[in-house]
Amino acid sequence: MSETVETATNSENSTQPIAKKVGIPKEIFEGECRVAATPDTAKKLQKMGFEVLIEKGAGANANFPDELFEKAECQIVKDEKTLFKEADIILKVRPPEEKEVKLLPENKTLISFINATANPDLVKKLEEKKATVLAVEAIPRISRAQKMDALSSMANIAGYRAVIEAANNFGSFFTGQITAAGKIPPAKVLVIGAGVAGLAAIGAARSLGAIVRAFDTRPAVAEQVESMGAEFLFLDFKEDGAGEGGYAKVMSKEFIDAEMALFTEQAKEVDIIITTALIPNRKAPILITTEMVESMKEGSVIVDLAAEQGGNCEVTKPNEAYRYKGVTIIGYTDLPSRMATQSSQLYGTNLCHLLSDMGGSEKYHVDLEDEVVRGALIVHEGKILPPPEKPALVSVHQSVAPKAQAVAVKKEEDKTPGIGSLIAVIVAVAALLGVGIYAPESFLSHFTVFVLACFIGWQVIWNVTAALHTPLMSVTNAISGIIIIGGMLQISGGLNSTTTILGAIAILIGTINISGGFLVTQRMLKMFQR
Amino acid sequence: MISNNLLTVAYIVASAFFILSLGGLSNPETSRRGNLFGIIGMIIAVAATAFSAQVSGTGYGILVATLVIGSIIGAVLAARVAMTSMPELVAVLHSFVGLAAVLVGIASHLEHKTFASPTEKTIHEIEVFIGVFIGAITFTGSIIAFGKLRAIISSKPLMLPARHWLNLIMILVCVFLGYQFLTAENALTPLLIMTGIAAVLGVHLVMAIGGGDMPVVVSMLNSYSGWAAAAAGFMLSNDLLIVTGALVGSSGAILSAIMCKAMNRSFISVIAGGFGTDSSSPSGQTPQEPQGEVTPISVEETVHLLKSARHVIIVPGYGMAVAQAQHAVAEITKKLRERKIEVRFGIHPVAGRLPGHMNVLLAEAKVPYDIVLEMDEINEDFPETDVVLVIGANDTVNPSALDDPSSPIAGMPVLEVWKAAFTIVMKRGMASGYAGVENPLFFKENTRMLFGDAKKNVDAILAELIR
Repeated sequence: MSETVETATNSENSTQPIAKKVGIPKEIFEGECRVAATPDTAKKLQKMGFEVLIEKGAGANANFPDELFEKAECQIVKDEKTLFKEADIILKVRPPEEKEVKLLPENKTLISFINATANPDLVKKLEEKKATVLAVEAIPRISRAQKMDALSSMANIAGYRAVIEAANNFGSFFTGQITAAGKIPPAKVLVIGAGVAGLAAIGAARSLGAIVRAFDTRPAVAEQVESMGAEFLFLDFKEDGAGEGGYAKVMSKEFIDAEMALFTEQAKEVDIIITTALIPNRKAPILITTEMVESMKEGSVIVDLAAEQGGNCEVTKPNEAYRYKGVTIIGYTDLPSRMATQSSQLYGTNLCHLLSDMGGSEKYHVDLEDEVVRGALIVHEGKILPPPEKPALVSVHQSVAPKAQAVAVKKEEDKTPGIGSLIAVIVAVAALLGVGIYAPESFLSHFTVFVLACFIGWQVIWNVTAALHTPLMSVTNAISGIIIIGGMLQISGGLNSTTTILGAIAILIGTINISGGFLVTQRMLKMFQR
Repeated sequence: MISNNLLTVAYIVASAFFILSLGGLSNPETSRRGNLFGIIGMIIAVAATAFSAQVSGTGYGILVATLVIGSIIGAVLAARVAMTSMPELVAVLHSFVGLAAVLVGIASHLEHKTFASPTEKTIHEIEVFIGVFIGAITFTGSIIAFGKLRAIISSKPLMLPARHWLNLIMILVCVFLGYQFLTAENALTPLLIMTGIAAVLGVHLVMAIGGGDMPVVVSMLNSYSGWAAAAAGFMLSNDLLIVTGALVGSSGAILSAIMCKAMNRSFISVIAGGFGTDSSSPSGQTPQEPQGEVTPISVEETVHLLKSARHVIIVPGYGMAVAQAQHAVAEITKKLRERKIEVRFGIHPVAGRLPGHMNVLLAEAKVPYDIVLEMDEINEDFPETDVVLVIGANDTVNPSALDDPSSPIAGMPVLEVWKAAFTIVMKRGMASGYAGVENPLFFKENTRMLFGDAKKNVDAILAELIR
C-alpha cells in the first residue's frame, strides 16, 4: 500500500511538462528499413493530440517519402539532433546506437525495442541521460496489451516472410499440380514452434499449397495448428512445455531425445524446414543438427528464425543465406525490415495504442500502476526499474471474491420461498375446506373439472418448446375465444333485449379472436422450417 | 336439434382436441397438426352449441352474421400483421377476450334465471362478479399493453405516488361493491361501478410496468383472459368453457413464471411495476462502475472477423425487432453457412417483447429452427465460439448479472457471450438497456462495439459479405 501512495504523490509533485511532441528519427542501424511511424499512424497520433516531428528521409526505405508525411501534416525536421531536442517522446524501432544516445538530451522519453536483458550497457547509458525508457519488447503478453504487442506484429511478418524466402530459394512449386508435362508433388514444409511466427508461416505455406506439418512442445497449440490447416506432430510423450507469457520452457532430456528422433525422421522427408523455437533470455535450442541437414534432400531449404539468438540449426550463419551440402540455410535476422512498409505500419499502430493507453497527449503520464506501462518501463525518470512482479495471481483472487458474494446472496434468497409455499398450502387447504362445506353439488362438479383442467394445462404447457411460445400465446388466444359459446347461449331472447345485444357483441369479438388467433398461428408455424 | 347429452359429448371431444392442440406445440414438427386440432375442436364446439336447444329462432341470424363478420375481421388482421408486431396483435386479442367476458357476465346477470336454492343464486352472482372483474382488468390492461407495445403510450413505467395503496383501495372498493351486489335490490349499479373501477385498475396496473417487462405482462394478461373464460364457464355452468379457460389460464401463468425466472424477479415485483424500486441492493453497496475502454470496430473489420471464424453465435434482442433487421441477419447467416462457418442463434427467454418473439422473427426470415437455440442449450458453447454477434440485446448479455451482487439484475441468468474469443456488439450508442444498468460487457478486452443503426449495419455487413 505504501508504495501506491508514494507513486501517487510523486506523479503529482513532479513538474513533468505535458508531453506534446512525438519525434521519429531515421533508423541508422545498417540495413534497417523500418520506421516507427507511417503517415497513417502519424494521423492517429495527431488525433490523440500529439504533434508529430519526423526526420527527413526517415520513411524513405519503407516507401513512405517525406511528401506523404508532409501531407499528413507532420513537421519534417532536417536532422536527428534538432529532432531529439524538440521532441518530448521519441519513437524508434531498433535499440539506440551509441551515437544516438550521445545526441539524446536529458529528460526525454524513449519508446523503442531495447533488448534490455542483452544490452545492460545501453540501459545504463540511458539512465545517465535521465531518460524515461519504455522497452517495447517488455510489454507484458496479456490480452489487454495485445494491440500493443510489437513482438507479435513483427513475428507475424517474420513468419510470412520466412515462407517467401524459402519459396524464393526452393526449386519447385509449393502446390501439387497435375499438368500435361507430368505430375508435380506438393512441397512438404515442417514448421517447428507454433508461436505467432510459426502460425503465420503455417498460414503462408498452406496458402501457397504446401503440405504443412508443425511441431511445438506445448500440446495446447495443436488445435491452433490444425485450425490453420496443418498437421500437428504429436510426440508419444507426456510433458507440457507451456511456460510464462505464451513462450515455451526448457524441456526434460527425455523429451528432447524423443523430439530429436522425430526431427531426424522428418528431415529426411520434408523439403523445407522453418524453425521458430525461442526461449526467453536464452540461447536458442539446437533442434536441427548437422547430420539432419546432411540427411535432407538436395535443394531443400531451412529458414532459421532464431538466427539472432544463435539459431535452431547447428549450421546457421546469422544474417546470411548460404548453401550447406546442397541445402540452403537462411539465417536472416532482418525479415521484418525486408517488408518495411507493412512492418512499419503494424509497429507504428502498436505504438499508437501504447501512447493511447498512456493517456494520449493531454492526459499523458507514465502510470506505474498500469500493468502494461509498468511492464515496459525499464528506466523511469533516470532510474533503472527492476522487472515488475508477476501479477498473474492477483487477478485470480479478484475474480473469486465477487462470486463468493453472489453465492451468499443466492443462499439467502433460497430460504424465503419455503415459508411462502407453506402459507400458500395452508390458504389452499382452507379454501378447499370452505368450498367443501358451503358450496352446492352442482358447483363442486364444475370445480372438479376446473381443477383437473388446470393440472392438465400445467403438465401440457411445460412441454411446449420455448421457440414456440409466441404461437402458444396466439393459439391460446384463439382457444379462449371459446367464450363466444357464452354469448351464443344468450342471443335467443329476441332482437331488442339487452342480453341479446351484449351476447351478439361478445360473439363478434370472440370470433375475431378465434379466426385471427388460429390463422396467425398457422402463418407463424408455417415459417418454422428446418 | 341435438340432445343435451350429445352436446356434453361434443364438448368432451372439443376439450380433448384443445389439449391435443397445446400438446402439439411441444415441437415444431407436430405444431401445425396441433393448430389444426385446435381449429377442429373449435368447430365442433361452436357447431354443437349452435345446434343445441339453447339457440333458436332469431338467434341463428345473429349468430351467422356475427360469425361471418368476426371471422373476416380476424382473418384480415392475421394476414396483415407483421411478425414484428405480433406482441401488439396478441395484446389486442387479449383485450377482446376480456371485453367478451365482461359482456357475457353482464348479460348473464340480466337473464334472471331461476335457481334451485339461494346458495346457488349467491354462487352464481359471485361467479358473475368475479368474471366481470377479471374480464374488465384484462380488457383495459391489454389495451394499455397494446398502446405501450405500439409506442402510442410511453413505455416508461408510470410511477404514481402511493400506487400500491391506490391499487389496494380499488380492490377493497370492489370487494365492498361485491357485497352490495349480492344484497342490494338493484344489483346492476354496483356491478357496473365495479366494472368501471376494475377497468381503471387494469389501466393503472399495466401503466406502471415498463417496456422490457412486457413479456411478463402479456403472458399475465394471457393468463387472465383464460381465467375470465373459466369464470364465464362457471356462471353459465358450461364445462367446456371451464376446461378451456383453465388450460389458457395455466398456460399464461406458466409463461409468466418462465419469464420471471429468466429475469430472476418475483412475479409480484414485476406486476407491482417499476424496476429496481423495491429491490434494494443486497449489501447496500453501489453497483460497480465498469472500467476500461470501449473498442469500436468497423463494418469491414466485422466482416473480416466473421469470415475468419469457424463458430459464430448471433444473439438477437429487441433491437433487432425494432430495426426489422431479421431478414438481413438471416441472409448473413446463409452466406456464412455457405462458407462452412457454423452459425447458431442464442435466444434469451425474455429477448423481445413476447415470449418466443425472436424465434418467430427468425422463422419468418427462414432461419432453420434447429440452429436457433435457447440460452440453456447454448451457454456452454460460448468458450469455443470465435465470434459472437450481439444485435440489439443489452441486459440479457450483461456480465454484472453474474459477478456483481449489488447490480439490480444480479442473479438473472444471462447469455455468457463474453466467454467467446470476440464479441461484437451492435448498438446505437452507449445508452444502457431497459434495466438502466451499465453493461461491463462493452468494456471487456475482447468486445468490439459496432455503433450505428442495427439495420444499416447489418445491411452493410451483408453487402460486404457478398462483395
